[in-house]
Amino acid sequence: MNEIVTLAHGAGGSQTARLIDRVFKKHFNNPQFTADDAALLDLSGKMAFTTDGFIVSPPFFPGGNIGKLSVCGTVNDLACMGAQPLYLSCAFVIEEGLPMAKLEEAAASMEETARQAGVRIVAGDTKVAGKGQVDQLFITTTGIGQVREGLRLSGAFAQPGDAVIISGDIGRHGCAILLARDDYGIKADVTSDCAPLWANVRALTDQVKDLHVIRDATRGGVGTVLYEIAAQSHVGIHLQASAVPVQDQVRGVCGMLGLDPLYLANEGRLVIIAPAARAEQIVEILRTCPNSENAALIGHVTDQLPGRVTVQTQIGTQTILPKPAGELLPRIC
Amino acid sequence: MAGAGEKALGLIRSYDGPALRMMEVCGTHTHEIFRLGVRSILPSQVRLISGPGCPVCVTGPEYIDQAVWLALEKGVQVCTFGDLVRVPGSRMSLAQARARGGNIKVVYSADDALDLAREHPDQETVFLSVGFETTTPAACLAVEAAEAEGVKNFSLLTANKTMPGAYRMLKDSVDVFLYPGHVNAIAGNGAARAMLGEGVSGVVTGFTAAEILTAIALALVHFKEGKPFFVNAYPRVVKEEGNLRARALVDRLMEPVDARWRGLGTIPGSGLELRRQYQAFDARKKFAVPVMEGRVDPACRCGQVLTGALTPGQCPLFGRACTPLHPVGACMVSEEGACSAFYQYGRQGEE
Repeated sequence: MNEIVTLAHGAGGSQTARLIDRVFKKHFNNPQFTADDAALLDLSGKMAFTTDGFIVSPPFFPGGNIGKLSVCGTVNDLACMGAQPLYLSCAFVIEEGLPMAKLEEAAASMEETARQAGVRIVAGDTKVAGKGQVDQLFITTTGIGQVREGLRLSGAFAQPGDAVIISGDIGRHGCAILLARDDYGIKADVTSDCAPLWANVRALTDQVKDLHVIRDATRGGVGTVLYEIAAQSHVGIHLQASAVPVQDQVRGVCGMLGLDPLYLANEGRLVIIAPAARAEQIVEILRTCPNSENAALIGHVTDQLPGRVTVQTQIGTQTILPKPAGELLPRIC
Repeated sequence: MAGAGEKALGLIRSYDGPALRMMEVCGTHTHEIFRLGVRSILPSQVRLISGPGCPVCVTGPEYIDQAVWLALEKGVQVCTFGDLVRVPGSRMSLAQARARGGNIKVVYSADDALDLAREHPDQETVFLSVGFETTTPAACLAVEAAEAEGVKNFSLLTANKTMPGAYRMLKDSVDVFLYPGHVNAIAGNGAARAMLGEGVSGVVTGFTAAEILTAIALALVHFKEGKPFFVNAYPRVVKEEGNLRARALVDRLMEPVDARWRGLGTIPGSGLELRRQYQAFDARKKFAVPVMEGRVDPACRCGQVLTGALTPGQCPLFGRACTPLHPVGACMVSEEGACSAFYQYGRQGEE
């Protein structure tokens, strides 16, 4: 199948209809997937509602692709609010000339990931842009989810004494993308951590109701998320450097490029802040779930140095974690 | 922390000898020392100065100006190490030149730049060849390969530097140098032994936490004994004569010239440029790059910071006009720069 997407596929005529039938209806087949102007949904209770645009270069990478990412990103944002993801809409901007097989690969990943996350894709839009106007494929997803009873989660709720938990080893998505760009001639076996995490949050909130913060540590990494929480909650956060799980390959690549895994993106990792007494239970629950087998307690919240993230180093000193700044630039030596 | 590192920590904490000034001259050491919080365990009479060993930090604005000129006036594809991109030139940085349409590519090695030249044979490609003894051999290898293959569109804008001149210039500000292990691995211990001959002590230092702590502990133990000393504390990598093949390669392609160091001024014989027979690969000659003066913000104190005369916090621009997001001086640009590290890790060693 050598067919490619052309501008005609975005013109709204019969070609567009064929594209929708062949790719989107095929993969997003469910009773609520609408052929009309808008999907009709029966909802009641408190909803969480969010949207996210995805432009990742390259769009296909070890461990996933932009389609999988576009479902995970929005589903995980909902999950972090304690909401069960119900429905997604998706808007595609496709670069003229994209092989149809690539588009279908992304759509199939979306289907599979949505199935895993228990969410339905109910509405969509397709536009085709001229060559060079987008990088292969941009996807925007919007999601709506039902907030679970009894949960109150916010980045502003971290309290001194709370435990800080990470749901797995960090930095794999950012590292996999850097390597896939092949700008540095480094070969290493790193796959993205990209994964939908509602099942993990559901398992957790089945048993633990007094969680304070759940955040997915995406762009900017765990370091950035912790700084955001420290600012929102007016607290200090203290990390135990040796407790933060990092895959050896990721550590190696970071060493070569002078990057800190704490600032590499993740697409399947949660930062959880909860009362210290719950820490052990939370880690145990997460370790029984797929995609969070390496969960670990990595630090605690303090009233010292509010707004700052500090680190207990391997030589026993306490330092400040540098704040993230600018684009990631590899060091020279 | 176990074994050698633990023992070193104990020796450092219990040091009761005379006051001394130690200088780490390698940017990687600077970064690691801040990251580990080493200054917080040093006794008060021990001062650790961050020296001029970050290639970005000692690269002058005139060099950036020349690279910008090549990109914007000559339409050259300029290939650079990432942390040079935001270094301020007299009028603009390479990042700003890129925003104005300059073709600026971030590469990880001279070899990557040569690959780009091979892939785009109609596009003149210049590699910004900065760095010390450690990075120069790779640039020379790329030139050799380009010559052998007849790649005509590849050249270097050289600002390669060597350390011995800097040691001589700094020796009065320092009691003990922590020598950069990777430089000595290439260049050997000759320069350090010459310093010893002038009464300046030194320890060749590796890069893990345990290696850095061990080097500092050795420096303190020997300093207390009172006699000048030299110790190679990184023997698994550093041999006395260095890497003879790399040295011969550089010597074959390049010759010493006087070089300007940001903050330190001109140091005789401390730079390298391509020899006459390799002129075809010298971007300055190939494109008749004009001599540029380079203008630095007069309030910038990078020079005094690099010599340890001031701590970064004593510069009037530090943390106000000059921050990692908006660097004025080069010491703030690179993560290995003393000012950037000092800023990001919360002004360690100032209290």
